[in-house]
Amino acid sequence: MGSASSTLTQYDIEDVQEHCNNLFSQQEIVSLYQRFCQLDRTAKGFISADEFLSVPEFAMNPLSQRLLRMVDGLNFKDFVIFLSAFNPKASMPQKIELIFKVYDSDYNGKVTFNDIMEVLRDLSGSFMSDKQREEVLIKVMQEAGYSKDSSLLVDDFVKILDHPGLKMEVEVPVD
Amino acid sequence: MSKLNLEFDPDHPNIEDYLHTDSIQEPLGKLRLHDLLDISPTLTEAVGAIVDDSFTRCFKSNPPEPWNWNVYLFPLWCLGVVVRYGILFPVRVLILTIGWIIFLSCYIPVHVLLKGHDKIRKKLERALVELICSFFVASWTGVVKYHGPRPCARPKQVFVANHTSMIDFIILEQMTAFAVIMQKHPGWVGLLQSTILESVGCIWFNRSEAKDREIVARKLREHVEGADNNPLLIFPEGTCVNNHYSVMFKKGAFELGSTVCPIAIKYNKIFVDAFWNSRKQSFTTHLLQLMTSWAVVCDVWYLEPQNMRPGETAIEFAERVRGIISVRAGIKKVPWDGYLKYSRPSPKHRERKQQSFADSVLRRLEDK
Repeated sequence: MGSASSTLTQYDIEDVQEHCNNLFSQQEIVSLYQRFCQLDRTAKGFISADEFLSVPEFAMNPLSQRLLRMVDGLNFKDFVIFLSAFNPKASMPQKIELIFKVYDSDYNGKVTFNDIMEVLRDLSGSFMSDKQREEVLIKVMQEAGYSKDSSLLVDDFVKILDHPGLKMEVEVPVD
Repeated sequence: MSKLNLEFDPDHPNIEDYLHTDSIQEPLGKLRLHDLLDISPTLTEAVGAIVDDSFTRCFKSNPPEPWNWNVYLFPLWCLGVVVRYGILFPVRVLILTIGWIIFLSCYIPVHVLLKGHDKIRKKLERALVELICSFFVASWTGVVKYHGPRPCARPKQVFVANHTSMIDFIILEQMTAFAVIMQKHPGWVGLLQSTILESVGCIWFNRSEAKDREIVARKLREHVEGADNNPLLIFPEGTCVNNHYSVMFKKGAFELGSTVCPIAIKYNKIFVDAFWNSRKQSFTTHLLQLMTSWAVVCDVWYLEPQNMRPGETAIEFAERVRGIISVRAGIKKVPWDGYLKYSRPSPKHRERKQQSFADSVLRRLEDK
């Protein structure tokens, strides 16, 4: 325990804090750093896909492969920035932007019908057919005023998702 | 290198029998685009696992808090190091060597000369194995408190204990010559296994061999039936856990139809962490670490024997016994299979979540 936290100086911590808009307290950063080092088993400075998958609770998540594309190979600073969207203090747009990025797999700033279909495929696996998924999606998109050909922007996501029921909070354990 | 684990797994139970994963829960009603796009519960779960997960916690070594942090304590601590490495360690090596000399010089004649007299040979060998284990315990100045009645050999009973390190076995063996189910190990431990421990009726298997499981299951049944056999000891977790948590019990020990006698072992980490992290250190290094510490302090409780209740499945029975042990030892129960240390979870868990998502979407689509 002592060794892991001592490698982070106050400057380092403040630096990381600044990068994540001071959403995390110093203690939380220290705690996250310990976790980071624990997952980065060979001390390379980043966590590999395989190391992420060694956490069974993560490996069995339907969206794990998709998330891996976002977190694979992040250094500690970027790792914390990624996590900051899950901070209870993070703003709603920040959270929604992260959700948007999960959908936007080619990072072009647009989410198409197919992008959403992909995520639905991850979420429902073999328990829905492609036809069923398409049917459902077309129906709800039309009801919301979009068509199959429209692509959604971040602002659309904010409009659709921003409501108090959206809860995306992960507490960092501090001991 | 040497992966030593006392363990047991005739069948391969599924975690889903233990888990209740209904994480994706939504209020019912008409399905809207919002509901479909909102993946926050699944994301929260995934990121929650990245930040902290109970599985990794089970296998985390917790080194003792260092106390050499100020000017007054530091010289004392240094003195301690000198005493531990310069005096205690050589003395302990000597004790262990003497133990081995005594043990081998008695064991070999007994084993060879008393070939025809099985009963007396067995008895002597039993006593000798208990003796060498006592020497081992002495070599780490083991301060072990045993609570509850001492087990004796009786047919139709199985002892199960939580598992922190290979030394669990030595500590229990010092009191009673148990026959234990173990993973077959390479190196010097493997040699001991196939020669000396074989004589107390221990059963070996290879975690990775599916065929071994059947053989072990059969041997188990035979062993439990025999009246003259040493009491059987099983570590149903199948792997070493850090003594703060208990992982899922394999059900094999609980479907033999015999009485299950739980044993709870709790280490006091004041001097040394007795958890053997087989990923990080070999058993030899682990033993050296114990032999250079001040003492290994632990409590052993022999608990109330349990029988399967009418209508109870083997898994429910296993969970109940795990509960009893966890409460007594003050450790937390987590719903994980310890074997996930060696393999990835099966796609079944993911499928379960996918199914519940698909069901909910389809149901709500019809709802309108």
